[in-house]
Amino acid sequence: MPLIDLANPTRFLALSGRLLPWLAAATLIVFAIGISLAVGAPDDYQQGGTVKIMFIHVPAAWLAMGCWTVMSIAALGTLVWRHPLADVAARAAAPLGAAFTAMCLITGMLWGRPMWGAYWVWDGRLTSVLVLFLMYLGVLALWRTVEDPSRAGRAAAVLTLVGAINLPIIKFSVDWWHTLHQPASVLRLGGPTIHPSLLMPLLIMALGFLLLFLTLHLAAMRNEIMRRRVRTMLMLQAEAAGH
Amino acid sequence: MMNLGPYAAFILGAYGAAALIVTAMVAWVVIDHRRQARALADLEARGVTRRSERPGEATR
Repeated sequence: MPLIDLANPTRFLALSGRLLPWLAAATLIVFAIGISLAVGAPDDYQQGGTVKIMFIHVPAAWLAMGCWTVMSIAALGTLVWRHPLADVAARAAAPLGAAFTAMCLITGMLWGRPMWGAYWVWDGRLTSVLVLFLMYLGVLALWRTVEDPSRAGRAAAVLTLVGAINLPIIKFSVDWWHTLHQPASVLRLGGPTIHPSLLMPLLIMALGFLLLFLTLHLAAMRNEIMRRRVRTMLMLQAEAAGH
Repeated sequence: MMNLGPYAAFILGAYGAAALIVTAMVAWVVIDHRRQARALADLEARGVTRRSERPGEATR
């Protein structure tokens, strides 16, 4: 099937309906492996047992940025190509992105207290991720404020693309400024600096989080398509009642 | 019982918070799906159809 055929919401619903159970099963299996590896992982020589928090904090941080990246690509789809599923994809990704960002912030704070002696410091990395969380809330509020989904989608797309400026700021904040947050240790030139006994559970958990996002995103997109159908049908019903 | 050392409360707190957020996301998707499916079924039961589903009208 050509990829363009997926632009048709009915075909998308049919295909995603077949894919969802497999994705959900794969998510559960990968998480089961990831959590068992995380439980059995050795303590870090500096962080002790708190290194286990990294197995959820780091994937949540990657997805916090990944969701905004998905929304930015979808925003281009909305503004440039007017792809029928583009703002459906963006709208479905926003609450998930907000949730992963909240997870990143909360788990980071719970790691920071024993390691830094503080739940929160206003350094470049933490502050830019907090800004990302506030931007997610802003986009969600915008969608709720504007009733017409296509108008809301265009306004949210502009806000999303402006907000994408924050992504490189988050990524490079640890290089540009003196931050308490440590620099990149996995996604860096020269390869990861983490011992394989800790890297493996981290990567498996990251795969689990990615599968979780794909599963929930597909399901949320299906819900959004159904919501728009309900809206259209209610408008047609009101139109018919007016004649 | 696994020994998580002196920071057990922070580790368990982090995993608990993550589990709570994942549960909330799954619940949001499932509840929303049920709500939209029910609304669609109600409208269809009342005979409301989209233009694309009416015979002789262009697909949208």
